Amino acid sequence: MSNHDWRPAVDRALELHRHQPGPLLLVLQAVQEATGFIPPEAVPVIANDLNLSRAEVHGVVSFYHDFRTTPPGRHRVAICRAEACQAVGADRLVGVVKDRLGVESHGTSGDGAVTVDPVYCLGNCALSPAVMIDGHLHGRVSPERFGLMLDAIRGNAP
Amino acid sequence: MTRVFVPIDAGALSVGAELVARAIATEAARRGVTVELIRTGSRGLYWLEPLVEVATSTGRIGYGPVAADAVPSLFDAGFLTGAPHATRIGQPEGLDYLARQERLTFSRVGLIDPRSIADYRATGGFRGLERALEMDPGAIVETVVESGLRGRGGAAFPTGIKWRTVLGTTSDRKFVVCNADEGDSGTFADRMLMEGDPLVLIEGMTIAGLAVGARHGVIYLRSEYPHAARTLRAAIAAAREAGYLGASVAGSGRAFDVEIRMGAGAYICGEETAMLESIEGRRGQVRFKPPLPAVAGLFGQPTVVNNVLSLATVPIILERGAAFHRDYGMGRSRGTLAIQLAGNIRRGGLIEKAFGLTVREVLEEFGGGSLSGRPIRTVQIGGPLGAYLPESQFDLPLDYEAFAAVGAMVGHGGIVAFDESVDMAAMARWAMEFCAIESCGKCTPCRIGSVRGVEVIDRMVAARARGDDDGVEAQARLLRDLCETMVSGSLCALGGMAPYPVRSALDHFPEDFGLPAATTSRAG
Ligand SMILES: Cc1cc2nc3c(=O)[nH]c(=O)nc-3n(C[C@H](O)[C@H](O)[C@H](O)COP(=O)(O)O)c2cc1C
Ligand code: SF4
Ligand code: FES
Repeated sequence: MSNHDWRPAVDRALELHRHQPGPLLLVLQAVQEATGFIPPEAVPVIANDLNLSRAEVHGVVSFYHDFRTTPPGRHRVAICRAEACQAVGADRLVGVVKDRLGVESHGTSGDGAVTVDPVYCLGNCALSPAVMIDGHLHGRVSPERFGLMLDAIRGNAP
Repeated sequence: MTRVFVPIDAGALSVGAELVARAIATEAARRGVTVELIRTGSRGLYWLEPLVEVATSTGRIGYGPVAADAVPSLFDAGFLTGAPHATRIGQPEGLDYLARQERLTFSRVGLIDPRSIADYRATGGFRGLERALEMDPGAIVETVVESGLRGRGGAAFPTGIKWRTVLGTTSDRKFVVCNADEGDSGTFADRMLMEGDPLVLIEGMTIAGLAVGARHGVIYLRSEYPHAARTLRAAIAAAREAGYLGASVAGSGRAFDVEIRMGAGAYICGEETAMLESIEGRRGQVRFKPPLPAVAGLFGQPTVVNNVLSLATVPIILERGAAFHRDYGMGRSRGTLAIQLAGNIRRGGLIEKAFGLTVREVLEEFGGGSLSGRPIRTVQIGGPLGAYLPESQFDLPLDYEAFAAVGAMVGHGGIVAFDESVDMAAMARWAMEFCAIESCGKCTPCRIGSVRGVEVIDRMVAARARGDDDGVEAQARLLRDLCETMVSGSLCALGGMAPYPVRSALDHFPEDFGLPAATTSRAG
């Protein structure tokens, strides 16, 4: 992303949140919401505006699993890796991702269509295994159905 | 006009409830019949989702699980008058699973439109608040103390005692913080409540504010719960609109309002001080105590931190009185526990019941055995830091003290079942790996010890594969030492309790590690 792309999003996020107490997390969330990731070039801008050190801002970005510093794929898939999903074969879903997209449980497919992330419980443990695709929760996901779901989103234009 | 109820609970949506709702609307329009479609939370009977209910002259009749393409057949059968159909379950309250429950905190969940103030009021909503507005702060606090309510987030600390501390502080900027981080695998009760009856949480937080003299409420909600966020936002807006939040709560002249702060994916932010750091915009690192958050919490101000369910249980205590709540339960565990049954189980769901039910009753009588049909070999209770129980311990009653006595914990009430295909060495390894992934990094035994733990278990498995019994034994000793170091040297329960699942796996399932089988207990 060039300077031109992320700058308005960062300015808007700062505008919206800089006067709230403890604004950094809110600002970062707003930036990621708008641009899909936290551009590394935005870190000094945010630090400067909030009167924080770059290290502090970087420290927060790297601490939380949600923040990413590279652009995600067009679709986001989160696979639950926690115990209740393991108990009914969530590991097989990871196998499906590997087969179809050629990525491990963390990464973006070569065509940039899908980013896969592990997640530790989606609160759907009575209908496990669970995955979330572009904000939509799915339960009782069999490897076969998961494969079809991945094919469907890859076939779709963004 | 017939009223038809379809859940908007995330779990119900995950198996197609939205398509079912649309199919009902489409089919009704096609047939020229008018139905009022009401979106509710879930009853917590997840194996029956999507569960559709119809209001009939003989009460609400349920149909489930309903697939969207079965909707025309429901109309053909005459489901709008409660007629027979392959998916008809009768009145949900008539099912043993619900009939045997004691729903206090969840009394409205699955029944009402969660965003409707009118529905909420019609089912007894805000009566606790009205009572509280007539009371002194001290009297509210003492009512909660007398009710015997203990924190439902895991640590089971008496809620009223915590409030008493905050009431005793002087500050004109106190906070009520609701812990909605619900990070434990196998738990979803907070989510169900926020999606099914968010107004009871808002009412509980408001009562807490009145009790301790706080005007600001913050709900820290995990980012994995976007559906709960939407419902909560709508409920907060409705409560403001109706004058239940804002400058003058229910016309009392006393102010209270609530805002939502989203988490960003960090299990440790469920720990209360890490959560406060996160709300203040920093890394979620655990704080040293003292000072307690009750004395110096959010932005250094006196702060009540309570779990969703602790706060949501307060309105009924104020409405019905302390004794009403205290009369449920056993020993020092008073009231009801929201048991969440999950994993490899036939009938997973929410079971709200007075403390004291045994694990076996939950698994067999409610759960109906494993989903796979194979014997249940073990359960993990209380989240990723909870011990694995072998079958020989399934007669333990769900009671904080009974669990603590065997090195286990009730925690937030999640029960995850595993059948006999489970590899307990892999589960022990996972406990260490999870601790390594989620450690806040403040103390060495947790940060480094968990990484070592994974390595030691890997070496154990390798030694076993070589048939090297001495190697296995040596690594087992190392693993136990490591557990000891983590338990004694960690600042919080992440590093301090991650060894519990590991040790329980070693104790009860040694054969999975290549160690001689236990003499006392073997599940299955
Ligand atoms: C690692 C860790 C994770 C925790 N996660 C949660 C959580 O997700 N939700 C919660 O309510 N409490 C959680 N707790 C407990 C909180 O620290 C705190 O005890 C609780 O919010 C107090 O509320 P209560 O008294 O109403 O339970 C966690 C504690 C630890 C050590
Ligand atoms: S035990 Fe782990 S999570 Fe807890 S304070 Fe120490 S390093 Fe942080
Ligand atoms: S463990 Fe996967 S949804 Fe809870």
